[in-house]
Amino acid sequence: MLEVSKLECARGERLLFRDLNFVLEAGTLLEVRGANGSGKTSLLRMLCGFLQPAAGEISWRGKTVNAGNEEYRSELAYLGHHNALKDELTPLENLRYALRLSGIGATDTRLQEALEWAGLRERRHQSCATLSQGQRRRVSLARIKLSPSRRFWILDEPFTALDVAAVERTRDLVAAHLAGGGMAALTTHQEVPIPAPATQRVELSA
Amino acid sequence: MSAPGLLDSVVAVVARDLRIALRRRADVMTSLIFFVIVVSLFPLGVGADPVLLRTLGPGVVWVAALLACMLALARLFANDYADGTLEQMVLAPQPLALLVLAKTAAHWLTTGLPLVIVAPLLGVQFDLDADALLILLASLLLGTPTLSLIGGIGAALTLGLRGGGALLALLVLPLYIPVLIFGAGAVEASAAALGAGAHLSLLAALLLGSLVFAPWATALALRIAIE
Repeated sequence: MLEVSKLECARGERLLFRDLNFVLEAGTLLEVRGANGSGKTSLLRMLCGFLQPAAGEISWRGKTVNAGNEEYRSELAYLGHHNALKDELTPLENLRYALRLSGIGATDTRLQEALEWAGLRERRHQSCATLSQGQRRRVSLARIKLSPSRRFWILDEPFTALDVAAVERTRDLVAAHLAGGGMAALTTHQEVPIPAPATQRVELSA
Repeated sequence: MSAPGLLDSVVAVVARDLRIALRRRADVMTSLIFFVIVVSLFPLGVGADPVLLRTLGPGVVWVAALLACMLALARLFANDYADGTLEQMVLAPQPLALLVLAKTAAHWLTTGLPLVIVAPLLGVQFDLDADALLILLASLLLGTPTLSLIGGIGAALTLGLRGGGALLALLVLPLYIPVLIFGAGAVEASAAALGAGAHLSLLAALLLGSLVFAPWATALALRIAIE
């Protein structure tokens, strides 16, 4: 479904990787590994379409991934380094906004459930500025949880700042998505084995 | 994406930005208070000669409005860029230009519109009569959205740059010149009994032109900024 061929990434004068090829089908997990600065985030951002490849091509259902490919974007959910939360808003308001922006309908009950899953039910009416790093991450993950209709999840270091229980819940979330025929690409430094129908590994060496 | 989904996203962006502005009132008040103070300094500085003040009035109000708009511009995308919500906006299946338009509209409602509302009050300090105040109000109402739209391009281009604030002024102020000329000119023309119609039409034309062109250019610049 997602085809990456002869992908090359250069940041400034530095070549991060070249000749990267892989194919992701439904149910496949892509694990991107590598040291700091080896281009993991760049690869994920390229898959999002933020970064233009120096060479090679990324295509989704046979169509090139670029700014004009709205069909691809409507099947994508992305969790970046930043949590994409507004400090001024409450977790509930942040989630509601994010879902409306990407055209995902969600009832208030589902939003409440997602916040419950994130362990933030009591804090749903507090501004996000008062939350800890881990709690913010969990709000952001709740957004991903509410996007099961998005086929392809791109998660950049999803386990950062999470406690053990939250890491397990996140792992189960991704596993369930994959089992349901979804796809995911993620980077992590933690050894968190995620059960998946199929796993692809990409090792980047700087 | 269907039309209702499109509209819903636009409304969501506007509503979110207005809500944030409401919770960060200090930010919104800064440019408004700047505007009020700068305009009020002139009568104090140049003395109380009514003829001189009447001549200076429209120009001073307009220049101060330009600077106040500039002051608020840096905020337009900077916070969204820093916290990652801008990336999510770029990823949304809706056309980015439309979301940019929504953000600009919210920005104008919180920075441009307050200026328009207090301007007639400040115009009284310059001994402008009722007709002139009305024209001033109309010219600002047509002109300030153009300032926000054009400013958006500059704000997007300077996103993430160190010392972007000064660069933003250098980029955007020259583009503001036509708006300034026709805006201040409208009040002067009406004072000279020439009628402000032509000036206001030109301001409206500038507004329409930038409504079409600016969001698209801003969207392009934003895509470059998040690379």
